[in-house]
Amino acid sequence: MVQLMPTARHRGRPAVDFTPEEMMVVAAARELRDRERVFVGIGLPVLATLLAQRDHAPSLLTIYESGAIGSRPSRLAMTMGDPALGSRCLAILDFFECFATMVQRDFVDVGFLGAAQLDRYGNMNSTVIGDYLKAKVRLPGSGGACEIAGNVKRFLIIMPHDRKRFVEKIDFRTSPGYLSGRDERQREGLRGGGPDAVISTLGVLRFDESGQMYLDSYHRNSSVGKVRENTGWNLKVSPKVRETPPPTEEQVRLLREELDPKGIFLRKPSA
Amino acid sequence: MSHEKFMSTREAVKRFVHDGDSIFVGGFGNLYPFSLAHEVIRQKKNLTLVKHSPEILGDQMIGSGCIRKLVFSWLGNPSIGSAHAFRRAVEHGVPKRIELEEYTHASVTGMLKAGAMGIPFLPAKTLFGSDYPGHHPQIKFMDCPYTGERLCLLPAITPDVALIHVQRADAEGNSHAWGILSDIKDGAFASKRVVVSAEEIVDTEVIRRDPNRTLVPGFMVAAVVHDPWGAHPSSAQGFYDRDNEYYLEYDRETRSRKDFEKFADEWIYGVENRKEYVSKLGRKKLEALKPKSYKSRPVDYGWYS
Repeated sequence: MVQLMPTARHRGRPAVDFTPEEMMVVAAARELRDRERVFVGIGLPVLATLLAQRDHAPSLLTIYESGAIGSRPSRLAMTMGDPALGSRCLAILDFFECFATMVQRDFVDVGFLGAAQLDRYGNMNSTVIGDYLKAKVRLPGSGGACEIAGNVKRFLIIMPHDRKRFVEKIDFRTSPGYLSGRDERQREGLRGGGPDAVISTLGVLRFDESGQMYLDSYHRNSSVGKVRENTGWNLKVSPKVRETPPPTEEQVRLLREELDPKGIFLRKPSA
Repeated sequence: MSHEKFMSTREAVKRFVHDGDSIFVGGFGNLYPFSLAHEVIRQKKNLTLVKHSPEILGDQMIGSGCIRKLVFSWLGNPSIGSAHAFRRAVEHGVPKRIELEEYTHASVTGMLKAGAMGIPFLPAKTLFGSDYPGHHPQIKFMDCPYTGERLCLLPAITPDVALIHVQRADAEGNSHAWGILSDIKDGAFASKRVVVSAEEIVDTEVIRRDPNRTLVPGFMVAAVVHDPWGAHPSSAQGFYDRDNEYYLEYDRETRSRKDFEKFADEWIYGVENRKEYVSKLGRKKLEALKPKSYKSRPVDYGWYS
């Protein structure tokens, strides 16, 4: 087969003008490697995955929660069960098969998750703010997040960065990160590798040997101070902390003109 | 061929969905049985809903006061945000309190699989490290007698009735469906009764010529109804797209109880059946939702003599 997709990793001039969301998508795309099997979520993860396929990972295989494998959607998917994912794909598994024979069976290399609350060990809450039986804000719930967090080889967390979300103590543990330390996972029966990186609106954070989060890089218009200010605990900072390399002009063009031309998930920069 | 099972949506719901029943609804983004669910709402049933992602179909049933208990794993308005009626019910008990039995996608789907297989539980690698089991003592854990691995035991669910929507069925309920099918098959097999609505009612010969496409065989089906556009605002692969505008409008127009009731009066109580609903949607909307054709190559099962 003729290889149709360009593989232009790190090529191209750095963009001057880009939004925080575009930075997040590009930073997430960089975490994905060619030939990996990626369990994709709707929104920014879809864009990160599509961008990685166009940019440096042409043989990356997408698996959607709805069971669609290797979709080549003719437009952006609005829901996991979108008919645009159910057309032009390699296989459609049913819901049980998708979780039992993909996620549980160990076929997924990378998962994407988001949450309303996140703690320093990467434990996530997407269930409830307040007490479970006396909800202050009732959130949609786990969906597949709990088993993705438990079973995939590694996962990436994408979410906005502020003190309401990056908290000392989450109200409900929907999905496990490193629990209270990296070696806790195995003891609990969790087989997947756990959270690998957090890509926030302010920076990229990773996890040290103890399973605690640290700041690895801050995005343009952010800073070490700004990230720490917006984090609800005393965040560790890498001695090698630096600015997140900006997107290339070509990556920004792909996102704006080809991948999300209507600005459904990526708001256009205000003129 | 008898046509005893072929009936109107109203009759099917009246005869096979009873107060106090637990009901399962099939689909995920694609093929949600909205026309059947709207008829359940019009008949003001009081039910337990079993569904991993009831999304706005569940939200409409909750807002209308039809749900006393919810067995689920995710309830929001996909890629938009909150399901407002669900939040009102949980946060404020409006229009009434609902009991939550809450799990995760892999657990709800595993519980239905156990029900479909006729076994009391299914072991799985899920729910570890989560707060859900603490709230639901019926979830148990064990060490595998063969490997010693820690396993989560998912108790079987056997709903009273499954409501499913498919692309085509014959009058006996032999049902063809394609695209993203999610939990339709497991939910139907787990349930005591199955009610099918279909875009098209076809001759049994159409089914016989492509038996791999049969999701649910007719022998387990109690009722068959013909409801074109029965999955709207969700999609029916190959027939119509998801109506994204509807989902956005639903988000904007159901933020208070009063607004929800206005919405329900217009789109659920204000129409007699799906036919009226479809004509209310209007030709322009319907045309805009139809996809271009993208046919697969027919397969040949052969004729053997």
